[in-house]
Amino acid sequence: MAKSRSELGQIIHGVARDPLGLMGLVIVGTIVFCAIFAYWIVPFDPVGMNIKSRLQGPSWTHLLGTDQLGRDTFSRVIAGGQVALQVALPAVFGAMAIGLTLGMIAGYGPKWLDNLLMLFFDTIRSFPTVMFALAVVALVGPSLQTVVFVVMATSIPTYGRVARTQTLTLRNSEFILAERSMGASMTRILGVHMLPNIVGVLAVLAAMDIPTVIALEAGLSFLGLGVKPPTPSWGALLKDGYSLIRQTPWLVVGGGLPIILATLGFTFLGESLRDVVDPKLRKQR
Amino acid sequence: MSLLDVKNLKTSYGPVNVLAGVSFTVEPGETYALVGESGSGKTTVIRAIAGLAPAQDGSVKFDGREIRGASERELRPLRKDIAMMFQDPVGSLSPRLTIRSLITEPYRIQGMKDRDLDAEARRLLEMVNLPAHFADRYPYQLSGGQARRVGVARALALEPKLILADEPTAGLDVSVQGELLNLMNDLRERLGLAMVIITHNLNVVRHVADRMGIMYLGRLVEEGTTEAIFKEPRHPYTRCLLSANPEPDPDARLERIALKGEPPSLLRRPKGCEFRERCPFAQEFCSQTPQWEVENGHGLRCLAPLS
Amino acid sequence: MTDRLLEIDRLSVDYETARGDLKALRDISFDVRKGEIVGIVGESGCGKSTLISSILRLTAPNTRFRQGKVRFKGQDLLQLPERKMRDLRGADISIVFQDPMQTHNPVLSIGQQMLDIQHRSKASKADKRARAAQMLGAVGIPDPEARLDQFPHEFSGGMRQRIAIAMALMSEPDLLIADEPTTALDATLEVQIIERLQELQQEFDCAILFISHHLGVIAELCDRVVVMYAGAVVESGEVREIFHDPKHPYTRRLIDCDPGHIKERARVLPTIPGEVPDLANLPGGCIFRDRCDQATARCMSQVPPLAKLKEGHHAACWLNHKEAAE
Repeated sequence: MAKSRSELGQIIHGVARDPLGLMGLVIVGTIVFCAIFAYWIVPFDPVGMNIKSRLQGPSWTHLLGTDQLGRDTFSRVIAGGQVALQVALPAVFGAMAIGLTLGMIAGYGPKWLDNLLMLFFDTIRSFPTVMFALAVVALVGPSLQTVVFVVMATSIPTYGRVARTQTLTLRNSEFILAERSMGASMTRILGVHMLPNIVGVLAVLAAMDIPTVIALEAGLSFLGLGVKPPTPSWGALLKDGYSLIRQTPWLVVGGGLPIILATLGFTFLGESLRDVVDPKLRKQR
Repeated sequence: MSLLDVKNLKTSYGPVNVLAGVSFTVEPGETYALVGESGSGKTTVIRAIAGLAPAQDGSVKFDGREIRGASERELRPLRKDIAMMFQDPVGSLSPRLTIRSLITEPYRIQGMKDRDLDAEARRLLEMVNLPAHFADRYPYQLSGGQARRVGVARALALEPKLILADEPTAGLDVSVQGELLNLMNDLRERLGLAMVIITHNLNVVRHVADRMGIMYLGRLVEEGTTEAIFKEPRHPYTRCLLSANPEPDPDARLERIALKGEPPSLLRRPKGCEFRERCPFAQEFCSQTPQWEVENGHGLRCLAPLS
Repeated sequence: MTDRLLEIDRLSVDYETARGDLKALRDISFDVRKGEIVGIVGESGCGKSTLISSILRLTAPNTRFRQGKVRFKGQDLLQLPERKMRDLRGADISIVFQDPMQTHNPVLSIGQQMLDIQHRSKASKADKRARAAQMLGAVGIPDPEARLDQFPHEFSGGMRQRIAIAMALMSEPDLLIADEPTTALDATLEVQIIERLQELQQEFDCAILFISHHLGVIAELCDRVVVMYAGAVVESGEVREIFHDPKHPYTRRLIDCDPGHIKERARVLPTIPGEVPDLANLPGGCIFRDRCDQATARCMSQVPPLAKLKEGHHAACWLNHKEAAE
């Protein structure tokens, strides 16, 4: 047993030992790297127009060609990744944090509070996401924040329900009873003893959820409900590519490929994370 | 005044009458054992004493103060004086915490932040004969016996007056079981602890308990000093329990008193003596309800006691 | 040619782990004769579970059979094709597990489950049902006909374990493996199960391999006993030999430790101080030497063989070799 290694280190080590997990780690790492350093990586200004060189195919100057306004597609893909993560990460982690808190309270607190929270979750879940998005956009107008808000609001119930189920299973376990017998407060029981045992499951869920959110953002942008036009987004790229598919098929590739890659990367990572985090599976290794 | 005075404690979960009036007392420094089959309600008794299970009726006095139905806030200061040990040695330790955090948890809960927790952890580990480097381990890295010691260390952290222990030897190997009982006996004498021990293992009771009570269907059916009960059990159920104790000797086939069937459902308590249907000594008149009678400190609920 | 039903012959099993090979079983030899009850005693980490899963070949993927044979009616189970092994399990060899609460499928009635395990039989459904009821009656479930339609949760733990025994005996196996079948039960029910097993063993004339850490149960039930410690057999023999004249210090002290043995209230109970050695990093010499108060220089360097002391009594301890040593 390598005792000195931190828990996070152990998890990363475990993921990297699994070929699919390693692939996920590499893809996700690349996407995150590109998103963080997008400003330095992009060869052209992603929103800078150049009418002279519009609708070009791939070349050494423009790796993925240019669009109808002469903007470099490669630069827009990189910058689009930044937008995608700017939406996906805060939305998913926000939803996870709120869902986790509410879910644990529902699972541990009094019955009436549980019923109330479940009613709240079910109400939100009964809204179709896209309809909800349309309504919110109609009210406040399309923006990055709107997308983040819509995604977060609609995925809170998923995290909440999982956290609640986990809490319900744990609340009658002997170590929680032992804490109660020592007089531990509810915040202490939830924060110190429940949380570390639940957060792993939710983190896996979150990793698998990120591509869904990226796709959702792309979808909303495709419909013109996402980020505002000049801002590069994978969904906007797809939309342009869709209307110009006869002139230049490269735009669709530029918009579609990163979505596929991101989906695969995060899914691999999530799957592998699940195996590593689940102690029952870990023991068998 | 008794340290713990439980009177007519009653607990029901809906129609299921788990405790039908349990009374006993524990003196300071005394070890009291509650013995019975699963479903006899023994675990509910100690959980109700500690406020972890409901108790609709009766009284629980600790140090003269009524604690039944007390709120969590009222109970908190008392948690220093009453410590619990749970059945599963590893499962009763919070899995993501180090042993150091686990055994110093009581100080943190009681807000004793001024203590040197590292020093306390070392002191407690030493007290239960575990090496100091165990402080950095996690529960899953311990054997059952080691985890049980951690449980004892944690129970002793705040120097309680009373320990409530649920099957303290459950899940332990025989070679380790003795170590734990020796440790508990030793600590009890040194620290003057009182204990309530719950177990179905009579072999253990004999070596740790001063007095014992035998439970059946949520009631005491016999109570007395451990010595008297082992020597001369008067309730047929006690006799059956004592004889259902296979000995590590192939030639010691005891005259076993067969206990018929299994405990009846709590939803359909038998009329009259509740043990009647399984009792090998039942008489016609056992269809009447036996009362709790005490003679020379020996309590009994039986119409046809053995002599 | 022989009445040996199961022969474990110098079986060694490792688990491959990140820390190196865990030597879970080392050079295990013993046998079970037809219609005999053999007890395996040992504490946690002695290799009981590995032994059972090796006999049934239901091992974890990282298991490596290093050497030895598991012969059942003369054929080596370790060489048998998986399909044949599957035919054997539940037919010639049955098993009863420790936890009666998890043995049964919670969504099927007991009757349905008892019909399902008769899938090899060509009998009519009514006959199978009658047989199921008869088996339930045989293990002492009152009113078996009616109870066939009930679900596992409607039975108590003790009853469920009896049903598990009924199901295991249904195929009239030659060998019943009972893996700590009474550990999860109260003493009163434990006794009932043991007595029932004794009766059934006579009736069905099957051999039983009974695994337990409870010496009292072993003493009461078994004809012969195998004592295991840290993946090795340290002693084996007739039950009276083992309990009345143990020849290995571990056996002796294990019996001493059993509080059922000590009739008077003891101030200090006997124990075996120390821990089971790390199986991934075995010390040389006798496996028990670090916890043994009689260990000598020889015990430090040489592994004592499981030597025959007399007919029906084997022990692995240098103390029994005094003449040879001197």
